[in-house]
Amino acid sequence: MIVSLTVNGEPRTAEVAGFESLLWVLRERLDLRGAKDACLQGECGSCSVVLDGDLVCSCLVLAADAEGAEVTTVEGLGDATSPHPVQSAFVAHGAAQCGYCTPGLVVALAHLRENRPDASPDDVREALAGNLCRCTGYGAILRAAAEVLGRGDPGAGPVGDPDGTRSQGDGEVTP
Amino acid sequence: MSDVSVRRPEVADGVGTSVLRPDGIPKVTGTFEFLGDQHAAGMLWGATRRAEVAHARLRHVDVTPALAMAGVHAVLTLDDVPGHRYQGQKTTDEPVLAEEEIRRCGEAIAVVAADDPETARRAAQAIVVELEELEPLTDLEEALARGELFRHVRVRRGDPDARGEVVVEDTYAIATQDPAALGTEAGLAVPDGNGGLDLWGPTQWTHVDLPQLAACLALDPTQVRVHPARLGGAFGSREDLSMQTHLGMLALRTGRPVKMVYDRTESFVGHVKRHGALMHYRHEADRDGRLVRVEARLLLDSGPYELTSAAVVANSTYFALGPYRCERVEVDGYALKTNNPLSGAMRGFGANQPCFAAETQMDRLAAALGVDPLELRLRNAIGPGDHLATTGQRIEHPLPVAEVIRSVAAIPLPDPLPGPDVDPRRLPGGTGRTSPPGALVRGVGYAVGLKNLQFSEGFDDDAEARVELTPDGAVVHTAAIEVGQGLVTIVAQIARSTLGMSGVEVAFDHTGQIGSAGSTSASRQTQMAGGAVLRAAQAVRAAALERAGGDDLDDAGVWRDGQLVASLADLLADGPLDERVCFKHRPTDVPDADGQGDLHVDFCVAAHRAVVDVDPELGLVRVVEVAIAQDVGRVLNPLQLHGQIEGGIAQGLGHAIMEEVLVERGIIRNASFTDYLLPTCLDAPEVEAVLVEEPSPWGPYGAKGMAELPTMSATPAVVAAIRAATGQPLTRAPVRPEDIVRGAPA
Repeated sequence: MIVSLTVNGEPRTAEVAGFESLLWVLRERLDLRGAKDACLQGECGSCSVVLDGDLVCSCLVLAADAEGAEVTTVEGLGDATSPHPVQSAFVAHGAAQCGYCTPGLVVALAHLRENRPDASPDDVREALAGNLCRCTGYGAILRAAAEVLGRGDPGAGPVGDPDGTRSQGDGEVTP
Repeated sequence: MSDVSVRRPEVADGVGTSVLRPDGIPKVTGTFEFLGDQHAAGMLWGATRRAEVAHARLRHVDVTPALAMAGVHAVLTLDDVPGHRYQGQKTTDEPVLAEEEIRRCGEAIAVVAADDPETARRAAQAIVVELEELEPLTDLEEALARGELFRHVRVRRGDPDARGEVVVEDTYAIATQDPAALGTEAGLAVPDGNGGLDLWGPTQWTHVDLPQLAACLALDPTQVRVHPARLGGAFGSREDLSMQTHLGMLALRTGRPVKMVYDRTESFVGHVKRHGALMHYRHEADRDGRLVRVEARLLLDSGPYELTSAAVVANSTYFALGPYRCERVEVDGYALKTNNPLSGAMRGFGANQPCFAAETQMDRLAAALGVDPLELRLRNAIGPGDHLATTGQRIEHPLPVAEVIRSVAAIPLPDPLPGPDVDPRRLPGGTGRTSPPGALVRGVGYAVGLKNLQFSEGFDDDAEARVELTPDGAVVHTAAIEVGQGLVTIVAQIARSTLGMSGVEVAFDHTGQIGSAGSTSASRQTQMAGGAVLRAAQAVRAAALERAGGDDLDDAGVWRDGQLVASLADLLADGPLDERVCFKHRPTDVPDADGQGDLHVDFCVAAHRAVVDVDPELGLVRVVEVAIAQDVGRVLNPLQLHGQIEGGIAQGLGHAIMEEVLVERGIIRNASFTDYLLPTCLDAPEVEAVLVEEPSPWGPYGAKGMAELPTMSATPAVVAAIRAATGQPLTRAPVRPEDIVRGAPA
């Protein structure tokens, strides 16, 4: 069947099979491989996109159900020349390490910022709890979130301020 | 080369600064091309048919129904392997595809290439497989009794008659942990038209994949180019081949590029795990709390193929005590051969399992002696000049054991137990509101972790790097794998500070372009790849100064007495400036019959303190804070180092309270992210870190490898905190709610 939808503001059509997910169609039919496929059962959030205003796991949405929908993926938030504030904050705080969870987390946090700009630190943690990250331990992600939401997360800890580290020894460094 | 080794503090983005990742923007904008994002024109998709039982005789495989399907281009079994039928880093004992005896659940029986992944998947399922199920060997004691083992590592040191008056003795179990890198296994093989191929697969060491692939594919190594992988994490699980040989076979057979991606369930059987272990310990001390005798027996579940298990069990055995002196040590470590899931490398590489048991023993010994658990550790702490209690190796380099213990203890404790108005998301029961704040108990626990840096036991380890000057700056070439840890940033920083130039980029070369950098594992690449880059950059700088007769180099070119005498373009007009260096660390010994010798290059140490709130009625735990004091040599990139600490702690926390591969009759029962629980944002503790900087005499700019320790002693520290809160013995990790509510498992 042919599915027509709006992706990142552009009208797109794709030939899809009935069993294909929105994630598959984004990645393989529309060449938007930002959304990832880490679990394919709605547990990890790596495939997060915004569908008609709702944050969804695109692996759990049948592509056919996206007919007429408006979809925003990580590619639609910003690019190298004009990154979204969430994207800039992720880089600045070291919140992307291997980076596999990053597109989903960026979409989820941008959605939270858009819809709940007054989210408390605990709200942030709950909102992002559906996005698994295996590399960072979440601290840098929470600090990025605190920056874009304009408030600190007391649970994100002072580790994020490298200058605040209590290190021993003098500063001279030689090979 | 008088001044080339001096740090050039004026260089932007050199060592010691929190340089941001150059791949950060591509990763946050979704344009970074991971393995699974790669495409090639005319590409086919691969799929794998796997065994669903752990032990069986393969009676018959009929591929004709799959071959008959439209869109299927190849269906291959063991008989189609062009060359050697077995693979493995050290011992090649893992069949590329199943032979007559199937030895693990998930063993690959046949592979398919088809026009699209759905057709490939259906074709793989259409293959007719006739099995005769056999009884799987899953019990470690039984495996030992039957002599099913890959290696027994034996350590005997000290006076055999030394005995202590105060004795603690128990058996500990730690579950198999899945590395659970977010990116599943994915890869692409592309035929080169001349009988060879280019291969991208999940790897941490392209040059160790190469000979295995060439042998199995019956190609000359020059015909295979193994490309550096863009991985969604690794943590050890990409040290062994998974799909690479299959991709190569399918690409060679069809003459077309073939891509394969494992889904999460397949991934659980598609990569190695941290060994589950059963450990018996007896600690004896004198009345003053000095360790007199430690006996340990460590059983590690390797699964059916050796892979890295022989080296893993060596680490378990040599680091069975932790960083403590002891008069008499008797340790026997066994890597046992079973029909359970394959285990191999994972962050900490065999040192984590005994750390859980031995640190618990130290706490119990302290209780038996009536001394503070940290004081007991300090009384026994080793340091430079001492000998490792297991192997007898003299500690030559800085090893601040006492300092990390004192430093972590000095970190202020977090706020006390939450009051009645606390947000429930900060309680063990979360928004389920099952844990009334008044019913919670708080516990604080400590643990110390010691492990080796680099490879050990006489392994001839090296890393090659190339630094090339171009008119626009310098390019660092390496085959080292960037798994997300930040090697791409670190080697550039080392090159900048050494060259005196800020314009440095990193090129990740394939096996045909550069020599081996060794494995991205064993906390080794900052020192090994970094050590090679340091020396290559020194050589390039020296050559540039000599060529232009100058006394300084920067991004503009070579200077003499404050005057620019040659631009980079001028310099290169006389030929390339390009230096290739192979860096080796000092050699290590092969152990003698008692496990004695200078088996290790160097050591590192960290201490953790965990603070937990426990709901004793439901057995739920929230880890409030984990503090760490860590020996890091020198910090090259504070931001990245903290990222490794926090990420490592999360993995150690996971193994303490939730991460457990559940196996029955060799079959994984929780092979999904629905059933295998990983820490989420809500589980992330506050992290406090103190970095103890005593520069390594041989690491670049004093750096030590550091990324394994944050995981290692986090697990026993969290369990110790739960033990302190509940009084339960908790001899098993991860701790299950019933262990808290009902006590020790039978």
